[in-house]
Amino acid sequence: MTNLPKDLKQLRQDDHPPVVHFAVLDKLLNLGRANSLWPMTFGLACCAIEMMATGASRFDLDRFGAGVFRPAPKQSDVMIVAGTISRKMAPAIVTLYEQMPHPKWVIAMGNCAISGGPFVFDGQYGIVEGADRIIPVDVYIPGCPPRPEALIEGLLKLEEQLTGSRRFPRVDPEAAP
Amino acid sequence: MAELPEIFRVMAYVGGIMAFVGLNAAFLVWMERKVAGHIQRRIGPKEVGPFGILQSLADGIKLMSKQLVVPAKADPILYRVAPALTMITAVMVFVVIPFGPALVARDINIGLLLIFAIASVNVLALLIGGWGSNNKYSVISATRAVSQNVAYEVPMLITVVTMVMIVGSMNLNEIVGQQGNLLQWYIFPWNGSILLPVAFVIFFICSLAETNRAPFDLGEAESELVAGFHTEYGGMGFGLFFLGEYGHVFVGCALASILFLGGWQCPFGWMPGVHWMMIKTYLLIFVVMWIRWTYPRTTLYGLLNLSWKVMVPFSLAVLLVTAAMLKVF
Repeated sequence: MTNLPKDLKQLRQDDHPPVVHFAVLDKLLNLGRANSLWPMTFGLACCAIEMMATGASRFDLDRFGAGVFRPAPKQSDVMIVAGTISRKMAPAIVTLYEQMPHPKWVIAMGNCAISGGPFVFDGQYGIVEGADRIIPVDVYIPGCPPRPEALIEGLLKLEEQLTGSRRFPRVDPEAAP
Repeated sequence: MAELPEIFRVMAYVGGIMAFVGLNAAFLVWMERKVAGHIQRRIGPKEVGPFGILQSLADGIKLMSKQLVVPAKADPILYRVAPALTMITAVMVFVVIPFGPALVARDINIGLLLIFAIASVNVLALLIGGWGSNNKYSVISATRAVSQNVAYEVPMLITVVTMVMIVGSMNLNEIVGQQGNLLQWYIFPWNGSILLPVAFVIFFICSLAETNRAPFDLGEAESELVAGFHTEYGGMGFGLFFLGEYGHVFVGCALASILFLGGWQCPFGWMPGVHWMMIKTYLLIFVVMWIRWTYPRTTLYGLLNLSWKVMVPFSLAVLLVTAAMLKVF
């Protein structure tokens, strides 16, 4: 079993930062990466059901080029931690994360992956309270479980982090009918 | 191009074929995702460029900029050679494919034989890719791919021998030249043997299995073997495997259209040319994708039984009946 860090401090995001940067090339690469974020076929609990629904016909993740769920960690770019992380599963998640080649991103989907969700109580011994205890997380999607629209919004948020611009205009919840 | 020195012709065709294989793969990836989407009542890629046509470009940029990882215990030479070998065979096969009456890199009289000789090397690439990455799932997948390819090579080649008996030539341009209009296509039973439609079906099913496409994609069975022989390949190694696979799919469908559907000839006799070859081949590729996204994967025993117990006897029957008919009539 891996040693889980005791503090909640965010882990280092990128352990191989590039030595030289080229502005235009970086923009082009990030545009390409943002438009083909292949997630890993990997689900832990009930949030995975919502993740499957996001890939299926009504919500269609493939519109953004993110519908290619790759079964091998070597071929995937995004790890969607969808569900409760038990202490027994944690080493496997760390291994999968370390097997992914750079650049790689992690989305913590659902309350359990954010902070342990309903499983946090005094004396609980089996659950890792949040994916950021073991791997660096880029985007958090709240919900129990989040709706498929929320997962799509999370992916768009990740694209926004990469390219610096938002794909669709933001809709104000107050202004929406 | 007869007046130009030979070296220019070679360079033009090398550049042209490489560009065509790349563009063809990019187009087919986009088409596959669109076809899959529409079959599953989705839309498929639509945000990257008009109708998502630039999706493959984004994928290519991303794959090329991924970190290169060679597993610590992998065979360093075989692991790197395998993706290149798939790509090399896919490019080499294009040398004898006649796209138009004069648009063929090398118009040689054993073109058909050359295609099968080179395309068989592709199996070796899958085998050393699976073996070299030193992963148990890759090895299982590679052995599956080899047994499948060996099994389906037999009925496919028997069918091709039947075609060679009828046509009397292995020159692909000559085979196309004999199918001037719709009635002379070799898919119809009055052109030499009454079992020619059966021969077409056998050839098409075997070319599906040879290129590891669903429902025969046991080499990549995600539910059992993680990702098959390319489990350990990330980035452009994986990309090259897919470029090669789509190249082979194109060659299989092009060969089916050359042998049975008249290649670059027009069905009605007007304006033969490259466009007819492309229309027929991409229609067949659409059928391949349609089959892939409609039928579930078979089991390994079902697959091998289909080859040895059904395809081989039927192709032998086609061969014998054709030989008898050619002798009698």
